This record gives sequence, structure tokens and C-alpha cells, in this order.
Amino acid sequence: MSDQLDDDNDGRYPHRTVIGLEVHVQLKTQSKLFCRCSTQYGAAPNTQVCPVCLGLPGALPVINEQAIDLAITTGLALNCEIPPLTKWDRKQYFYPDLPKGYQISQFDLPICADGYLDIPDPANEGSMRRIGLFRAHLEEDAGKSMHDEAAGRDFSRIDLNRCGTPLLEIVSKPEMFSAAEARAYLSELKLLLTHLGVSDCEMQEGSLRVDANVNLHITKEGQRIATPIVEVKNMNSFRAVERAIEYEAERQYQEWEDTGATIETVSKRTFGWNDATEETFVQREKEESADYRYFPDPDLLPVALPASRIEAARQELGELPAETRDRLQTQYDLKPYDADVIVNQGPQMVAFFETVAETSGDAKRTSAWIQQDILRTLKENHWELSEFPLPAETLGDLLKEIRAGRLDNSRAKIVYQHLLNHGGTVAEATAALGIEAVDDSELDALCDELLAANPQVIEHVQGGKPQAIGALIGQAKQKNPNVNPGQLRETLLKKIEAM
Amino acid sequence: MAFSDDDIRKLARLARLELTEEEVQTLGPQLERILGFVEQLAELDTEGVEPMTTALDVTNRWAADCVQPSLSREAALANAPLADDECFLVPPVLPPTS
Amino acid sequence: MTIPLDSAVHLKRLLAAGDVSAVEVARAAIDRMAVTEPTIAGFTHSVGEPLLQQASSIDQRRAAGKSLGALAGIPVAVKDVLCSADMPTTCSSKMLRGFRPPYDATVISRLRAADALLVGKTNMDEFAMGASTENSAFGVTRNPWDTSRTPGGSSGGAAAVVAASNVPLSLGSDTGGSIRQPAAFCGVTGLKPTYGRVSRFGLIAFASSLDQVGPLGWDVADNALLLSQIAGLDARDSTSLDAPVDDYMSAVAAADVRGMRIGVIRDQLESDGLDAETRAAVQRAIGVFRDAGAVIVDVQFKHTKYWVPTYYIIAPCEASSNLSRYDGAHYGHRSEITADEAKQMGPLVATYCKSREEGFGAEVKRRIMLGTYSLSEGYSAKYYSKALRVRRLIRGDYDEAFGQVDLLLGPVTPTAAFALGDKVDDPLQMYLCDLFTVGANLAGLPAISLPAGATAAGLPLGVQLQAPPLREAALFRAGAAFQKATDHHQQRPSL
Repeated sequence: MSDQLDDDNDGRYPHRTVIGLEVHVQLKTQSKLFCRCSTQYGAAPNTQVCPVCLGLPGALPVINEQAIDLAITTGLALNCEIPPLTKWDRKQYFYPDLPKGYQISQFDLPICADGYLDIPDPANEGSMRRIGLFRAHLEEDAGKSMHDEAAGRDFSRIDLNRCGTPLLEIVSKPEMFSAAEARAYLSELKLLLTHLGVSDCEMQEGSLRVDANVNLHITKEGQRIATPIVEVKNMNSFRAVERAIEYEAERQYQEWEDTGATIETVSKRTFGWNDATEETFVQREKEESADYRYFPDPDLLPVALPASRIEAARQELGELPAETRDRLQTQYDLKPYDADVIVNQGPQMVAFFETVAETSGDAKRTSAWIQQDILRTLKENHWELSEFPLPAETLGDLLKEIRAGRLDNSRAKIVYQHLLNHGGTVAEATAALGIEAVDDSELDALCDELLAANPQVIEHVQGGKPQAIGALIGQAKQKNPNVNPGQLRETLLKKIEAM
Repeated sequence: MAFSDDDIRKLARLARLELTEEEVQTLGPQLERILGFVEQLAELDTEGVEPMTTALDVTNRWAADCVQPSLSREAALANAPLADDECFLVPPVLPPTS
Repeated sequence: MTIPLDSAVHLKRLLAAGDVSAVEVARAAIDRMAVTEPTIAGFTHSVGEPLLQQASSIDQRRAAGKSLGALAGIPVAVKDVLCSADMPTTCSSKMLRGFRPPYDATVISRLRAADALLVGKTNMDEFAMGASTENSAFGVTRNPWDTSRTPGGSSGGAAAVVAASNVPLSLGSDTGGSIRQPAAFCGVTGLKPTYGRVSRFGLIAFASSLDQVGPLGWDVADNALLLSQIAGLDARDSTSLDAPVDDYMSAVAAADVRGMRIGVIRDQLESDGLDAETRAAVQRAIGVFRDAGAVIVDVQFKHTKYWVPTYYIIAPCEASSNLSRYDGAHYGHRSEITADEAKQMGPLVATYCKSREEGFGAEVKRRIMLGTYSLSEGYSAKYYSKALRVRRLIRGDYDEAFGQVDLLLGPVTPTAAFALGDKVDDPLQMYLCDLFTVGANLAGLPAISLPAGATAAGLPLGVQLQAPPLREAALFRAGAAFQKATDHHQQRPSL
């Protein structure tokens, strides 16, 4: 790990922001973790509850097998160890959105241990940074508590629909050193988890939640000082996470300058993020340090995870986005940025790209067309890629024509539009549009014609201004719209040269 | 070990019990006595003995991820001490002001 | 004819033969309850007249030749610790006064499927914590043999209503002896099944790794009948065993101990805690089994001394967690708070604290405090984890013993039923009542309490048989042999 310390030149000591992220993702199961109520988003309050998730007397939990599978898949994709036995523990605290008075979670034997996520280094395009993980474990979500001061009533309203939804809590090591890295980590995690179909990772919908643990390491006169850790919560977008961390890092430096407080003198605090004012604020001062009194849940049996089951899950993983991103660069010679764009669109787009690239033999052009034309078309029409009417092979054919010089870019766009509207093959489209390839003798004749009619251009070109040819392109197109400007220019220049 | 009244009050807070003064006075000695009794377990050498959380040694009881009908909202709210037509109502989560 | 309400097996025959109708049986139960309840107070809730409609529909179905469940027309009482959707379920606690669960416990569903007549819910020690039913928030239940005495607990009501001949069968729950001890005090037979044999879904939890639902009735035959209807895998209880249910009625019919090896835990028999009359009853029972052809063997248990302390760490720890849900937020009792309380603790915390203070009785609060402490940071290893290790040693003793013997025979309780008010001032004294029963709960093994005589004053005495996991059939078989050779289970109180 490099010793990059920011060196503010405005009289500050060298210091580095240290960030660890705890990310809770909601797993995409149909039913809850310990009961079979639906996990569907957006239902009317308290319509997706049963004795188990309501914590009624006498109710008992039964594990959702799919949640186990999704956790294993995620753990393998994050390079974690999956232990042969995992178990459930009760984490006890009182809160109205937690009807049992305890949350069923995992304490000392989580389903995923260690692991790492490689992220694109925001400071170094083309490089990756490895962010270590401590663990990932399963736990049930709590319900929603809404403070309602409307109509003069002073109550919190509790909706338990969400209570019992399966969460996977992924805990990183404090190995991110900038807000940008934290954001990159979240993006990469979302890319991976959505690729796997494990979670939707939508912060706005609450299927991904982030708590950021932030502090500074300051070097003062050869000594390493650490500021007190602040846990920042309630951010509802990746951008908010980035801003909050930036703000918090700044605030901590100021606080350290003002008070000299260090990690030894002040314990961890919890702050919220106010998106409107763009500030962090104290949420709980010195909360009674929670004693969760963890103990193994006697209503649930431990879960044995035989090696064969893990292996089977590993086989099912397939190529992960990071691998694809690499492969697109090596196999197709794409730049990192371009590979990234394709991979970020998801596996269907990757497959689309590959088919077009193979068919056309022109990966770079394919990438450019995807970024410019395809994505724009999808957006304008509100289409998913699966609804895109142009088959990949056909687009490949089109790009092949451009590559071979038989179609120039601007004509190709017209053909593209035609194909979108009418379907069919490239040949059918060009025929319908009256676009024909201009054969060599036709081109030759046309060049002679143009040169004969424009002696001043010949003079200009011979006088060292090849761009004068441009005037002839327009004329040529008027005579024959099918002419390829590139080919025309080349032929004209050759002829002039030979004069 | 001995419990001061303050220890009892802190423990009661952790357990969300609002004990009367009388209860605080009585519980201390009672808990001491009971804990003194159960502490005889310390006589036993349990080095290398696995904790036994349950009498069962079966593992892997789970269910398929299939949605089953939930309770009606009416049934869910039926025993609530206070509710509106959609939600449970509880006092707000505010910090102490004194 | 006086309808006999003291044998389900007998009633079944009469009903099947048409000698008596379900309506007549229901009527008899209602009438009998009216006579005994003012004194005994075994019920927290009685169904009353609507029972007759249920009974009537059973008669109609029988007349129409429709098939009926194995308990059709048999009145059964259920300890108020089990969720019943059409009756209040209170655990004899103010915390759940008026609570109506929106679902039935699995065992209740199975009783209904067997067409049993559920006559009502029985009184208990609050949240099953106690050994005398004196911890009920709704008043004590009296022992039908001597109404100045307790019926035992926590299933005191369930035992008393059988002993008072209100019903031939009741369902109780046993966490540390709560079926077996009241059975012994009330002169009836009561069984705690193997942990996991009977579903806990809908059993309001006290200590999750110790609780089991079980039958009470006068004899082993009735116990076997009831157990056969409720035992078996339940997908809604992850701790429920996927094991075939034995033919308990055949085991009862076999009634034979010839060649069986029956172990006696010598140090328990010689314990100071055991009073002379109880010891004598156990010794007589040993003689009966020997005469019936069993081989009696002395067994050594290394850790009997630690049974009670281990139990009184594990049970309160689990209970303190299981009872956290009672906070007045979503169901149960909620207290009004004063402005002062709101200021001091914040309105939400104040509401929790006061609701729980007012909703729970002294014993419950004591165990919650004990359990919270034993699980707390810094103490959990010393108390909770330690107790779990000793538990394994205790189970080890049983496993070793069952390598040499088929069953264990010994006392259930240290004494016969004690007087109301006798032990209420000293919690530890009350806990020591459990010294012979908690072993089976800690180890998860089945155990049965059999009527085994009476004191000079006419108070029932019981003896206990314990068996390896899932060997309820052996308990019934041996119990039946004992009940063939004795008539203690046929004695009735003069109520």
C-alpha cells in the first residue's frame, strides 16, 4: 500500500482519509429471510406480514434457502471463504421497527469471510485497486418507522412490510483512501451484484444502504495521529456518499486542529448526512454503548455448506464484469474507458458488442457506435436492449460495409435509421434507399470530370493546399450521392499528383 | 459479585424495566444469591468442551423461496395497543430532554 | 348415566358404541367445571355453551357415517401458553390480557383436526416461569387433593383440571419440569417428549432450547393417545424432528418390562433434598419394576449437582431474549406514561419500561434481569457460555448411562405438593424444586411422571422414568407395566 498522503500546501500536515464501508444489500428473493411473506417493493403498509415477521408470540423462523444460495454466490464473486458451517445469532436491542426485540443476524461464523473487490483506480485510469473485505453476513431487515407530525399527532408510524427481508451486510476493510475510491467501490459492487442478479442495489429504493466509517491519518512531526472515527449514515445516492466523505474529511481536519481529539480520546460517533445543506451532523451523541448480548439463536439450526455445494455455485458464476472488462481490452484492444462503458450496460450489451464486433471485424468502430448511436437510440425510445429491433448480426454487417469502404459514415447512419424503421438486411436497406456502391471506373470518370471543371483546385492542391479538394466533394455528391468521400478524395489527389 | 442499586438500575434499563425503588432494593440481594448459586459451575473444568446450544444435531432445515399468503392488515393490527388504519402507532423516538 | 370424564380411551369406546353422545360429554364437562372451578380455578378461559354446538356437529358427522378424528368428542384443556385463534391467549400474564392471536399453534390445529373438544385454556405460572402456578397474574389454582396446596407449575391448571375430572386430557408445556411436577403433585400421568418431537410453532416461548409441549391424563394410555395426535414433523418449526412417530398405543398395550434394564441415579435417590415419603415411593416403584421383570442397575452421573445451576442460567438467558418482544409496541399491554417519565427517558423508552414493569410479574422480571445480566458483555462467557458447556457434560452423563440401561427411574419432585404461599418469598427455594426434572430438558430427552402412591396425608407422589431420544414408546411400555401392577393412577381426590 502506498504511502500517499495528501500534502495540502496551505500549511496542513500531510494526511490521508481512511474509509471503510458497510454496505447492506437487499437480496432478490421472492419471500423473506425467515418467513414466506412477499418482499415485493411498494406494497401498502402492513400487508406483507405474518406472525413470524410480526414477532407474534409463539412464531418461529424458517430459513429461506434461496437467500443462502445468493449469499454464497456473492461471497464467491467477492473472493470470500465460505466456511463449512455457518450459524445464526440474535442481536438484541429495543426499537419499534424490530418487533422481536432482536434481529436474527450472524455474529461469529458469518457465511462469507475475508475476500476483496478490485476497483478501477479513480486516480489512475487503467489501474485497479484491491479493497479488502472483512466479511459478509446474512441478517433480517427491520421495518420502517415514519415520524408523523401531521395533524398535530405525535407518533411514529410503523410499517413492518420490510421487516424480515433478507440483507447481506458486506463489510470492507478500511482500505479506501478517498471519497472517489469509495464511490468507485460502490459502483463496482453494484455492477457485480446486479450482474449476478443478487440484488437491485438501488439506493433510492433502499435495496442498497451504505454506512461510511471515516477518519484521518495525519503525520505530524514523524508521528502518526488518527482522528476519531465517525460513522456517516443516511446517504441516499453514491454521489451523496462521495460528498459526505469529502465533507467529513474536511470537518475532521478542522476539528482536529481545533480540539486535538484523536481516536484514543474520543470514541466512535454516528453522524447523519444532510443532502440539502450538504453537511454531516451529529445523530447520536454518546449513545448508551449498545450491548447487543449476542447469542446463538436456539430456534434455528446451523447451516452446513458442503464443499460440493460451494463448488457447484462457483461453476455457475460465469464471467464476472471485471473479467469481462479485462477481456474486452485484451481480446478486442479496447481502451479501458470503452470497455467500461460496455460492461456497465450489462451482460446483454457485452454479448451484443461481441457479436457486432465479430461480424464486422471492427471492434473499435463497434464500440464507438454503441456509445454514440445505440445508446442514444435506446434512450430516445425508452427501449431495453432486449427491445432493440436491429439484430446484432445486421449491425455487424453494416459496420462491415463501412470498414470495407463501401459505405461512408453519414450514409451508414441513414441505412441504420432505415433498418430500425423497416428491418431487413443491409443489402435490402441500401437498395431501398438507392444507395449503390460506386465502382472504380465510374469513380475514375467522375474525378476526371471534376478536375476538368475545376482547374483552380488543381492549382491550389499543387500549391500545397490539399484541403482545397473539399470543394469538389460537395459537387461530386450532387452528381452521384453514392460516392464515398474518402475514396473520392484519395482518387482526386492521386490524379493531381500524377499530373 | 455484588450489585449496587445503581447496577440494578442500569441492568433494568438495558432490559427496559422501570423498577420501583422497592424492587431495586429487593432484586439486588436476590440476584446476588442466585448468581452465587449458579457460579458453582466454575468448579468444573470445561476446557475443550463444545457449548451445547440445542439438543439437536441436525443441520439444514430450510424452505423453498415461495411466497405464501400474508395476514390481512386487519389481523396484523388487531392486537395493536394503538394503530391508525395502516400502521402501528408508537411514541416517537426522541431523546430524553432532562 | 354419569359420563366418566377421566379416561379418553374409555370415552372413545362409549362414543363409538353410541352409548353416549358428544353433546352429552360436552354437557358433562361444562357441568363438572361449574362445580369445581369456584374452588380449583384451573381455567383462564372456558368456551362454555358454544362447546355444545361443536359437539353436536361431531354427533351429526358420526351419525352420517363420516370419518372422525381420533379425539372426536373428547374434551381437552390446553395450557394458556399455546396460541388459539378463537380464544384469548394470555400466558396468565397481564402483558397478554385480552390478546387474541391470529393463528393457531400447530398442536392446536392438530387437536382440531382430530376433532377434539377444546374446552378452554388453563391457568399457569406467568410465561411458564414457576413451580406452583402462584405466579399467575389472574389468581392461583388449587390442588384438587388438598385445596390449601398448589397443584405445582407451571402447568398447574392443566394438571388440576384433569385431577378434578373436568377433562380426561390436557396439554401442558415443560421447560424444567412444568408438566411432570404438576402431574406428580396432582396424581396424574404427564409426559415431556423428546426435544423436537412435538412442534413448538405457536407455543409461546419461555426457553427455546428447553420447551416442549406434552400430554397430561390419568394414565399412560391417555397420554399415548394425545401424544400420537400431536407428535411429528412441522415445517414451520425448524427445531422439529423429521423422525417417524412410533405406535404409542401398541407400546401401552405391550405393557412389559421383562428384560429391560432400568437405571437408578444413586446420588439423586440419596439426596438430602428428597423427603422420606417421596424416597419411599421411589423405592417401592423400584420394587414393582423389579418384580415385573426389569433388571435394576445403579448408575453414576457425574454432574447431577450442576443440573439446577446450569438450567437457571440457560433458561433465564433465553427467556430474557424471548420476552423482549413484549414491549407494548405492536401487541400486549401498553402503559400510559407521565410527562416526567417522558422527559427522563424519552417517550418511547419510557413506554417500553413502564409497560414491561406493569405487564410482568415479579418472577418474570427477576428472570429477565438474571438472563440479561448473564448474556451481557463481560459476563456472557462466564455464565452463558459456561452453562452451555456444562450442558454438554450433562448430556454426556445421560449418553453414557443409556449405553448401559434402557430407562432411568427416579424421583420427580423432592416432596409432595407444598402449601400455597410456602415458597413465594424465596426464589431459590422454588428453583430447587426442579432438581430432578431439569436434566431431561437440558439433555433434550423424553421423561414421564407416573402416579406412585400417596403421603400419609393423602397427597399424591410421583416417580419419573427417563429415556433416550425418541424412545417415548419405551416410557409408555414401562409405564403401562407399572400401571398394570399398581392402582395409584386410579385414585381420585374427593372433591
